[in-house]
Order: sequence, then structure tokens, then C-alpha cells
Amino acid sequence: MLHAAGVFLALFAFWLLLSGMFTPFLLAAGAGGALAVLAFARRMDVIDREGHPLHLGWRALFSYWPWLIAEIVKSSWDVSRRILHPRLPISPTLVRFKPTQTTPLGLVIHANSITLTPGTISVEVAPGEFLVHALTAEGAAALAGSEMDRRVAALEEAA
Amino acid sequence: MSVLIDIASWLCLAGGGFFCLVGGIGLLRMPDFYTRMHAASVAETLGAGLILLGLLLQAGFTLTGAKLVMIGLLVFFASPTASHALAKAAMSRGLKPLLADAAPLPGGERGVS
Repeated sequence: MLHAAGVFLALFAFWLLLSGMFTPFLLAAGAGGALAVLAFARRMDVIDREGHPLHLGWRALFSYWPWLIAEIVKSSWDVSRRILHPRLPISPTLVRFKPTQTTPLGLVIHANSITLTPGTISVEVAPGEFLVHALTAEGAAALAGSEMDRRVAALEEAA
Repeated sequence: MSVLIDIASWLCLAGGGFFCLVGGIGLLRMPDFYTRMHAASVAETLGAGLILLGLLLQAGFTLTGAKLVMIGLLVFFASPTASHALAKAAMSRGLKPLLADAAPLPGGERGVS
């Protein structure tokens, strides 16, 4: 029920921000639209902890995201330097390793974070096994048991 | 104050443009499909992120600013998902990645692994 209310509020806020007009008709249309989408989502059975991870909340927003953004900036800089380097110093590597997360949500956060960081792309994602393509051998070697793995696992445990 | 915001905004926009350009150069220089995806991800994360940040500084706390934040969130969630789908589709169709320890790379350099 809490999740349904959260979805409705988020959808309605989305409508209001996109519309920017607050006439009674548009407010009612927004509420109606949000209710309709909520009804569809209920029928599809996607309103649950996994589809709407409210419980990750503030911890994800204020602790994990800033850290991830800093990582993205660092590795973007590294990849940019390699792109502009006259000799193109890359060593593409495929690596398999075991992530410590157990829940689907934790695995998705870890895999998406890997892909979001330039220089590494998650190719196959399964519980207990990730296949990752890395631009450099060093990047590939740093994946197993990384800081990212530890942080996502902590996020998952707090949930 | 508004001069400072303008300067910060232009620095972000110029930086974003620079990383988009680098991503484009990388797209041309990289030797195969998978390595090109790495170059593209520079443009879609730091390039797009800095441009959005620069625009956000111009927009301030307005509805336009809120919309820019929404675009940022959309990119933040959708782009890794799309990249993963692309890489997975290529791999399952049998497109073999060029690997450092299997073949010499263009330019005659061999990887360290």
C-alpha cells in the first residue's frame, strides 16, 4: 500500500513538473493519468520492493551516488587520456568474477554501476557470476572484490 | 554572483563539449565494437552530465531546471541498461571481442595481460 501511494505521488509530481500549468482541468487530468498508470502497474504486478526500491532511500542518494559520480569522473578521465594518447594504450580484456550481492536488486545496481563507469561494460549478469568487458587489463583486474562491490553489498544489506 | 554562476555554467558546458568530442574521436580510433562502446560511454556519462549541469546552472530553481534533472535521471538509469543490452546482444550473436592477450592491437602494441 505504501508502495502504491509512493508510485502515485511520484507519477503525479512527474505530471505537474512536466506540465507546469495548474488549472483545475489539468490537475484532474494528471491525477486521473497517475491513477490509470497505477492501475496498470498493479495488474502487471510490478509494484513491490524490487520495482520501487524506496527502502534504499537516502543512503543510496547521499552516500552511493556521490561516490559513483566521483568514480565516473575518474574513469572518464582515464579513458579520455587513452583515447587521445597517440599510441592508444588499451588492452581489452574479458573477465569473469563473482559478485557478493545475492538479491536481484543488488546485482542490477552493481552491474549498472560497472557499465556506467567508462572503461568497463557488464556483458552477462547472473547470480554469482558477472562477465565484464574492460578496456584495460588493469581495469579488469580491479573488478573482483572491488570497492564498488563492497559498497553495493552494504547498500543491499541495509535494505 | 550571477557572473560566477555564468562562469561555472560555461566551464561545465565547455567541459561537456570536450568530453563529447573525445568520445567521438574514441569512437573512430578504437579497433572493435566493444572498445568503441567504452569510448561512447565517456560521451554519454561525463559529456552529457556536464552539459546538463551547465544548463541546470543557467535554469536555476525553475520548472526547466526540474525537467533537466529528469533528463539527467533518465540518462543515469537508461544508458547503462541500453549499453548492457547492446553488449549482450553482440556477444550472443557471436561477435568476438578483440582481446589484448589473443592478438596484437593496431599500432603494434600488445596488452600487459
